[in-house]
Amino acid sequence: MNEKLEPIVKALQEKFGSMVEEFRGEVHVFIKPEQIVDALTLLRDTYSFELMSTLTAVDYWPQETPRFHLIYQMTSLSNNLSVQIRVPVDGANLKVPTVTRVYANANWREREIFDLFGVEFEGHPNLTRILLPLDFVGHALRKDYPLGYEEPQFTFNFEDIDVRKPYAKE
Amino acid sequence: MTQLQEVSVDDIKHLVSERAQTGETMLLNMGPQHPSTHGVLRLLLELDGEIVVNCLPDIGYLHTGIEKNMEAKTYQKAEVMSDRLDYMNTVGNNLAFCMAVEKLVDLDVPPRAQAIRVILTELQRIASHLVWLGTSALDLAAMSMFLYCFREREIILDVLELCSGQRMMTTYIRPGGLWRDVPVEFEAAVRDIVKTFPKRIDEYEKLLTKNPIFLDRTLGIGNLTKETALQYGVTGPMLRASGVDWDLRKQRPYCGYEQYDFNVPVLPEGDTYARYLVRMQEMRESLKIVEQALNKLPMGSVRSDNRKFVPPPRSEIGLSMESLIHHFKLWTEGFLAPKASVYSAVESPRGELGVFVEGDGGPKPYRMHWRTPSYDNLQVLPEMVRGLLVADLVAVIGSTDIVLGDIDR
Amino acid sequence: MGVEQKLGNMGVVTTSLETAVNWARTNAMWPMLFGLACCAIEMMSAQASDYDMSRFGMELMRASPRQSDLMIVAGRVSKKMGPVLRRLYDQMPEPKWVIAMGDCASCGGVFNNYAIYQGVDEVVPVDVYVAGCPPRPEALIHGVLTVYEKVKGEKFKDLATK
Repeated sequence: MNEKLEPIVKALQEKFGSMVEEFRGEVHVFIKPEQIVDALTLLRDTYSFELMSTLTAVDYWPQETPRFHLIYQMTSLSNNLSVQIRVPVDGANLKVPTVTRVYANANWREREIFDLFGVEFEGHPNLTRILLPLDFVGHALRKDYPLGYEEPQFTFNFEDIDVRKPYAKE
Repeated sequence: MTQLQEVSVDDIKHLVSERAQTGETMLLNMGPQHPSTHGVLRLLLELDGEIVVNCLPDIGYLHTGIEKNMEAKTYQKAEVMSDRLDYMNTVGNNLAFCMAVEKLVDLDVPPRAQAIRVILTELQRIASHLVWLGTSALDLAAMSMFLYCFREREIILDVLELCSGQRMMTTYIRPGGLWRDVPVEFEAAVRDIVKTFPKRIDEYEKLLTKNPIFLDRTLGIGNLTKETALQYGVTGPMLRASGVDWDLRKQRPYCGYEQYDFNVPVLPEGDTYARYLVRMQEMRESLKIVEQALNKLPMGSVRSDNRKFVPPPRSEIGLSMESLIHHFKLWTEGFLAPKASVYSAVESPRGELGVFVEGDGGPKPYRMHWRTPSYDNLQVLPEMVRGLLVADLVAVIGSTDIVLGDIDR
Repeated sequence: MGVEQKLGNMGVVTTSLETAVNWARTNAMWPMLFGLACCAIEMMSAQASDYDMSRFGMELMRASPRQSDLMIVAGRVSKKMGPVLRRLYDQMPEPKWVIAMGDCASCGGVFNNYAIYQGVDEVVPVDVYVAGCPPRPEALIHGVLTVYEKVKGEKFKDLATK
């Protein structure tokens, strides 16, 4: 681990009791959902992590506890450091407090996670679908949602697929 | 087929000001099909006469489900889809993908492959900036710039076609190095570019930089302060034109960038004109990097020797049993990645292009997320256009250099 | 010996009405701007310097559907964009033709999933399909010339029964 990063990770561990993992030079810190706003405020104000590079989620279905891991990738420009915060979210309780007041670009990123995974963010100013059509049913990037593909047409099934394909009329 | 949605003012009253409900301001759709929005972007404008009071971008009209589709394909096949995200920077997308996969499985890359990767990425950066210049000048009605820029772009696309056979979606950069070595005509073609392009860029500067009409339309328009830019996660030339010196090629060098001597232009004003100047200077710096890389090009192989991840050359397959087995395993199953996750970022012409890969021990990625720069660059647009005229809005959108394939993925 | 041999000197040409109308339609067909994704960049390249489409009558691209007669669907059509595409097609006046440019518009291309129409012919009827990912500008010009051949072969009795 980078020696400038060690005191920051130690402070996070002491304040929030979090687990730390390291892989290929990266540091992953596990934080609970209710602590996330305080953790990010601490990182932004005290340790000058000005940029939230990305905010995304990973689905671990069929495992329900935790079902999702939210990934917050933080970057510090002044010290040239980066750290990844992982928030495990339970399958039964898909509510996480929003961080739009800490980092403004979380606005659209949280909408995207709500759209594609179904995790709700409490306190978000406008939590609606952003990428999929507004009348779409389901959450597309979950592991139990099918990919939804059309069978490739070879000569043996060409006629069957052609008959069922919804061609447009004038 | 889904039907078109009709939305009334009451549905969105928490997003627009109160004057919209009385009818004092007008809500206008700058729709998905529009000549100046650079792709399928829908902007809901709240206008007071000709002045923009608020602007709400509506995205998702190009959502392709690439992230979910990559979970269903092996790593080699998923790379083909990565070209089609930010279609102006196809070589850069391949580079970001390959760097993330190489970091995940701990694969080495020989130095000759690194140098050629740098040359192609910088040429692609110049091509992307040329398209930006042509289309944003076209929005401001300087039509001849469009024709000039596309003429130069054809020369760069000829070089890409020479290496890989395809003009745009090359998939030439593969995990472990490149697909195959560059042909003999490559060096002469790139030297020709390095010799002729600086004069062409001077011609473009002569047309636009001191032009009073261009200055009138871009100076002082669309200001972005440093604090707002950092709050919104803006990176790339937009951040550098607001006074922050952050370029991943200098701060976190990858692919051998530390050997090359180049500057990173930074300007403090943060308006449209500053972004224009930053990108023009970046094109010149890219040419310097290409020349240095070409002079220092080392000899050697272009693919790693680790046969667990990189297929062996065809000549070896007839002679050695292990090569045949490796070839068979890689083509039928693919290589296996550990059960862990990495995040790796490169500097694309638009900003920080990051890839988050999580493997699960199998040949397919468990989750692949692309941190695309245009997503955050567009989110800051409403902050930049409050109080401007609609014509200025067009100039500001042009200067943000968004690509909708990047945003909607 | 007759009128035909003197007609050239007098500056008169005789032909059938069908041929004249079809010739007029092909020589100034204006496409509507409908570039969605990567194929749009190749369409812009085909319009620009090296592969000039103005030679074939497409001098400019009209953004408004009411003033154009050819729609080149260049790029992938997502489920959110489908109704918009259909509405624009309905707003174009007759006679109109559609070119599906690229693999994604013809058959779904690389993307076989929940978010993309597998071929734009699920939304609008298509006249010519141009393959490629993205098709070279020369391939697009070949597609446009194929549309011209189709137009030149159109007969009035087909229009009457449509």
